[in-house]
Amino acid sequence: MPVFCSSCDTKRAVLKRPKTGHSLCKECFFGAFEEEVHQTIVSARLFNRGETVGIGASGGKDSTVLAHVMKVLNERYDYGLSLLLLSVDEGITGYRDDSLETVKRNQQQYDLPLKIVSYEELYGWTMDAIVKQVGLKNNCTFCGVFRRQALDRGAMMLKVDKICTGHNADDVAETVLMNVLRGDIARLRRCTAISTASEGDGVIPRCKPLKYAYEKEIVLYAYFKKLDYFSTECIYSPNAYRGHARTFLKDLEAVRPSAIMDVIHSGENLSVREGVRMPTQGTCARCGYISSQALCKACVLLEGLNRGLPRLGIGKHHRLHGKILAEQPLTELEERKLRAVDF
Amino acid sequence: MCQVDEEYNGLLESRSLPGASKKCMKCKEGTAVLIIRAGDAFCRSCFKEYFIHKFRAMLGKNRVIFPGEKVLLAVSGGLASSSMLAQVQEGLSRDAHKKLRFVPGIVYVDEGGASGRSLEERQQAAAQLEHIFQATGFPYYIVPLEEIFTLPSSILEAVSAISDSSASSYKAAVDQFIQNGGEAVDHKGKAQDSSLADAVSQLQTHDRQPFIPPADQTQALARLFASVKTLTAKEDLLQTLRQHLILRVARLRGYSKVMLGESCTRLAIKLLSSISLGRGAALALDTGFADPRFGDVVMVRPMRDYSSKEIAFYNRLFSVPSVFTPGLDTKTSDKASIQRLTESFVTKLQTDFPSTVSTIYRTSEKLQSARSAQTNDADPPSKCLLCLCALDTAVEEASAFNATLQSERLSQGKKASGSGLPAPAPAPAPALGSGSGGQCCSSSSAGGSGEGGCGGGGGGGGGGGGGCCSTPRPPVNSDLKTLLCYSCRLTIKDMATVDTLPSYITAAAEWRKRRVEMRKEISEFLLGEDEDEEQPC
Repeated sequence: MPVFCSSCDTKRAVLKRPKTGHSLCKECFFGAFEEEVHQTIVSARLFNRGETVGIGASGGKDSTVLAHVMKVLNERYDYGLSLLLLSVDEGITGYRDDSLETVKRNQQQYDLPLKIVSYEELYGWTMDAIVKQVGLKNNCTFCGVFRRQALDRGAMMLKVDKICTGHNADDVAETVLMNVLRGDIARLRRCTAISTASEGDGVIPRCKPLKYAYEKEIVLYAYFKKLDYFSTECIYSPNAYRGHARTFLKDLEAVRPSAIMDVIHSGENLSVREGVRMPTQGTCARCGYISSQALCKACVLLEGLNRGLPRLGIGKHHRLHGKILAEQPLTELEERKLRAVDF
Repeated sequence: MCQVDEEYNGLLESRSLPGASKKCMKCKEGTAVLIIRAGDAFCRSCFKEYFIHKFRAMLGKNRVIFPGEKVLLAVSGGLASSSMLAQVQEGLSRDAHKKLRFVPGIVYVDEGGASGRSLEERQQAAAQLEHIFQATGFPYYIVPLEEIFTLPSSILEAVSAISDSSASSYKAAVDQFIQNGGEAVDHKGKAQDSSLADAVSQLQTHDRQPFIPPADQTQALARLFASVKTLTAKEDLLQTLRQHLILRVARLRGYSKVMLGESCTRLAIKLLSSISLGRGAALALDTGFADPRFGDVVMVRPMRDYSSKEIAFYNRLFSVPSVFTPGLDTKTSDKASIQRLTESFVTKLQTDFPSTVSTIYRTSEKLQSARSAQTNDADPPSKCLLCLCALDTAVEEASAFNATLQSERLSQGKKASGSGLPAPAPAPAPALGSGSGGQCCSSSSAGGSGEGGCGGGGGGGGGGGGGCCSTPRPPVNSDLKTLLCYSCRLTIKDMATVDTLPSYITAAAEWRKRRVEMRKEISEFLLGEDEDEEQPC
């Protein structure tokens, strides 16, 4: 006996929504998915009419669906936004060069302008070169820190008002769990915010319109819409500790499908005790980017690479920031423990 | 993860593994018998001292338990709570100036009825525990979980806190205690009214004779747990009911503090599973040292500094008796419930990253309970009917809570959009239970064409249950939901019917609803807020 769509009751259902368990037909699923993203955008007041919005595009499923939905909604509800795609080329042969081809096809399919900024032009280092010096351990720290800043710098070049990224509900829930496991109370408090605070000058606000969209539904959407996306894991090893949080979240979802939203709900309602020390936001003394230390993480990492001491930015070496700023040499002992580890 | 490892990788010389001949790191004399953390080897007597000191330090640091106060120890028979009992015994046996100065009693809740154990098994376990309790000389109460069917609805009323636990009042109490020559001070608000004494006889807490719960109550309990569809919700419900029952015993017998034996390991697991269950707003209460949610009775967790490993070692070395009783999740798979999954996740991660438990645990110390969103509207109470934590459902529009409601509305199409309440889903796997009342079944069979006013003809719904009122019962499910916090809603959602819930819960829900209606009627005559009305904690 065919199952009928629980929404329109006339068509045959083709899928069971991972988020609610309802059976829906293709059209009703598209409608519900798009409407939910629309509601998120409207209720959180993510954008204002007339703004230029950069969509962080990696070519992966999340950002491809984001670009597609943003374009559809911008036309359907007349947001009055001018959209463009923003990509970062980390310089990973066999991974990023292929996914950027996808982004370039998306640019034509969606008819949106595209800007690619590369690590090489911004920092003088490609990820391939970084991995050659650092090894496969901790290289994700470099990539993550650099990507965040690269996206901002690219956005500034294009004079974009806001950046939106394809982070989905699973990503947010996973980050909540990660921060609990690491005891990072400052990030725990921030990580469920849908949009970064916009008061800081020179900082472009970022937001996550897919914050309440399940990863599985994003894949379903891309599948039924036959969207063109790139699905390969990065060739450099993924972050092991985050992997634990990811597996745990997937297991939770299997036990109780609402668990992803439940974790986000928990994160949104945590309150931190008064008197717990929080980092204060300042600016980097070298590049002017936001930083809670004298030097921002990207500058410290870069300094480490350029001095041939890649471990300078791994772990905490705040004491050395003064020396770096004054361009002084480090002592022999200090240098010894910052060199790449030989195996 | 470890900073030392990151910074000094390669600088550290690998330490030789401690052999059996290693000396105690503290006294440097005795032979070490165990290693608590990497490198810390203790001899027997130093470990004992360390363990005992930790308990006293925890009480001394927090200054929550007043001298002469009656403290109820919740003992399940498990390792941690048995160890807690042994610590209290130890503390009371010391010489005068070092002696713990509170008056203990013990409560054991026999939950065998929830997990379907036979009466013989239950009595056997109770007898073993009774033997342990008798040896302490403390008064003890063995209460079967079946007692929840005799609880009054007042247990769910929010009671405002009676004492301020500031440092000055603690000092005053200590001084008074010393002046009275060690006699118990009648603590503020202890014996509130004498009618309680009468009620004591009604609640069948037995000091001496073994107790047999009435068969019909055992059946009702089995029905209740059978109506819960997931183990996750079963465990959550059991925890809530157990808490209500302990609270009841504490109130009846005049105890103003309850000690729970949760260890650091247990609390780390609880913190993570609470997050996964959507209890983020209540984390501080669920895992902190003191839990003042019930107002007049405060729950405290003096074992929260011990790891489960330390406790197991202590119990073994010093022959602390404990009794194993299988629970709901005994012999279930790792993925049987969220609580069970979290437990195996934390335990496994702990073996690879030994700082996991303490890191998670330290996170809990940096949190505080969310302040209620409706602080200036004390009636209807802004607390969850079941867990008595501040309601976390009055959140801003852009939130996970509203996004979920939105998803449900959109997936159900036109039928639900007209009415304010989400109608039961006619999908093959309905989110709401459909076994209970007629109102659910009718909509699914009729295709839901004319379901404009949801639950309009719900007079026939329910029927059974222990309700005493003769008025037609409205659909309790949706009504009940509005009185619950996010997480308790999830639990109730996993129930096939709410008719099996004990009557004190449904009665309290109706009482609250009537209060809301009353308030609506008289709202135009009410002036501002009463200052001294219920203070949300």
